[in-house]
Amino acid sequence: MSQKMINGAQGMLEVFAEEGVDVIFGYPGGSVIPIYDALYDSQIRNILPRHEQGAAHAADGYARSTGRVGVCMATSGPGALNLVTGLANAYMDSVPMVAITGQVKRNLIGKDSFQEADTTGVTIPVTKHNYLVTNPAELVDICREAFYLARTGRPGPVLVDVPFDVSIGEVPWTERNIEGLDGYEEPQPVDDELIRQAAQMIEEAKRPILMIGGGVVASGAAEKLIELATKCNLGVIHTLMGKGAFPESHELSMGMPGMHGMAYASTALQNSDLMIVIGARFDDRITGDLEKFAPGAQVIHIDIDAAEIAKLRPVKVGICADAGAALEKLVAACKSRDKGPWEQQLFEWRRTHPLSYPMPDEGIAPQYIVEQLYELTGGSAIIATEVGQNQMWAAQYYKLEKPRRFLSSGGLGTMGYGFPAAIGAQVGNPDDLVVDIAGDGSIQMNQQELTTATINKLPVKVVILNNSYLGMVRQWQELFFDNRLSGVDLTGNPDFARMAEAHGGVGLRCAEPDKVRETLEQGLEVKDKPVFMDFVVNKEENVFPFIPAGKSVDDIMMEQPKQEK
Amino acid sequence: MTHTLSALVKNRPRVLARVAGLFARRDFNIESLAVSTTEDAAVSRMTIAVDASGTPLEQVRKQLEKLHDVVTVIDHTEHAVVERELCMIKVKVKASQRAEVAALVEIFRGDIIDIGNGALIVQCVGNSDKIDAFIENFADYGIIELVRTGKVVLARGSQKT
Repeated sequence: MSQKMINGAQGMLEVFAEEGVDVIFGYPGGSVIPIYDALYDSQIRNILPRHEQGAAHAADGYARSTGRVGVCMATSGPGALNLVTGLANAYMDSVPMVAITGQVKRNLIGKDSFQEADTTGVTIPVTKHNYLVTNPAELVDICREAFYLARTGRPGPVLVDVPFDVSIGEVPWTERNIEGLDGYEEPQPVDDELIRQAAQMIEEAKRPILMIGGGVVASGAAEKLIELATKCNLGVIHTLMGKGAFPESHELSMGMPGMHGMAYASTALQNSDLMIVIGARFDDRITGDLEKFAPGAQVIHIDIDAAEIAKLRPVKVGICADAGAALEKLVAACKSRDKGPWEQQLFEWRRTHPLSYPMPDEGIAPQYIVEQLYELTGGSAIIATEVGQNQMWAAQYYKLEKPRRFLSSGGLGTMGYGFPAAIGAQVGNPDDLVVDIAGDGSIQMNQQELTTATINKLPVKVVILNNSYLGMVRQWQELFFDNRLSGVDLTGNPDFARMAEAHGGVGLRCAEPDKVRETLEQGLEVKDKPVFMDFVVNKEENVFPFIPAGKSVDDIMMEQPKQEK
Repeated sequence: MTHTLSALVKNRPRVLARVAGLFARRDFNIESLAVSTTEDAAVSRMTIAVDASGTPLEQVRKQLEKLHDVVTVIDHTEHAVVERELCMIKVKVKASQRAEVAALVEIFRGDIIDIGNGALIVQCVGNSDKIDAFIENFADYGIIELVRTGKVVLARGSQKT
């Protein structure tokens, strides 16, 4: 029987088409030229970033905001290695991505050939799985498997390394059949007995609380979550990754806990007797000192990754399942529950310990800018963030009602993530307002992508909270290192507004509090090109509340210590 | 305490690197690792002795199972298993000591497998405790070099390995 043969690169694009891929964020080079040659005749669009790291983060932002698998591509050697941070970022935050990398010809592998790097070796620790295609007969199936692994179970990035001679050569075309992969942990059906036990624990608890994370977003379980929360009148705490999975304007929304979370959220967790944790993983930024974290609480932990259950915190009931499937059964199994004294206490804490910030004598309060952005947009924007103070102020002051609208490097903490992620999100959501809340440090890490945004007419808005410092490190140095500021002064920053203009975008600058709103309004109006809004903020503003690393809520700092200044 | 995990892994390039890398980056402590072919050409068996004092064994097992190239992982802590390890020791032995060494080897049901100039190579097969004892008994003669395979196990009866 003769098998249908197809050009390797075309075979890959056929698989992409099967998977519904409409865009690739990719940068060409010698060993991926065959794939770019096939793209020449393809309906699939290639967005050309200006650095491969931008490609990886853009694919990530596209994936987080749309729920589809994001695809990035780079050539062998330096191109592939420039994807590594983006892959690690996606891996830590469980983002479905497929990365295609070119590799030198098979007979040159291992010979220190030009632009050769051991891409699969380097990326084992930062991918869900990876492949080096050494047998052309496997190329088509491997590409299918890559998408399947990326989007099923706990999502994550999968890399396929394709030697030049494989993509330019002929490969057999096979029909689609990827279910039931040997060795792959398929999501298990929800265990009814464990659901029954969980429902009973919720019924018997005096001080129950829900803590939800990125797993609820990934699962598309937001509506089921609202059902459970309202049926049982449970306060809902979200992690950074879970932001938007539960409407923040909802009466039962109890905010974000942890290092820079709301004091009422951390206090609520700490005093609970039952934590129902769904799609969250007890990150150290949430728990601080694990030994002191919510010592009186029993735990129901629902996670699709069995290895997360009891990894850090012992559980009473651990349910390894998709969040949506588990929530559906849990809603059905739980009896309705009225609000009681515990919920009144939660609301009281929320009322008496709201987020607050001082209006500075000089400059603009950065929190005020985020608040104004929230008010102007009615919470409807897709928000990307960089990493540092800007990220925490965005999480604190921009409230969201829907999932997949907060794109932030939660696990890896990658400065330079937000801008390219916003570009990817804008590509995937052309009709939405996409805003990157940035710092002056972070924005310089991938500022080259301004060109990408301009050329593709992507009206991404970047709000730069410019304090001429690496603000979060400066804050730690001030509070814990006797204010010995070392390596954090960014005096000499470029003129960001003019930089945007030089790249064909719109640049605005604002240094006065009473101009904040009009600057934002002016920037948000732009429909066909990127906008940098450079806000000169109070240089020494710190993020509060602040639970120092490794401490507990007992050590929370609510505001600037008086004696320090 | 040492536990034994038996993992069936796909016979693919880098699978050893994936497993070893996982142990390294998660700070799991491997005491020994033996890799071999099996009755099925598509899979290999890894027998892994793990020191679980730092990380709960359950966590080690679950992380291993997440690797796509790992097909099954079985924890043999609660199982009746047959455990074997092979050890060879090159030991300094004068001609006059050969008889007593031969007797010692016999006690352990081992073998003398090479006789050279002033040195013998002795071999012993058994569980890890027996191998430890075997080595200890040769310490006084002067061990020149030794090698152990790391243990392999098979579960008894109908229990799968």
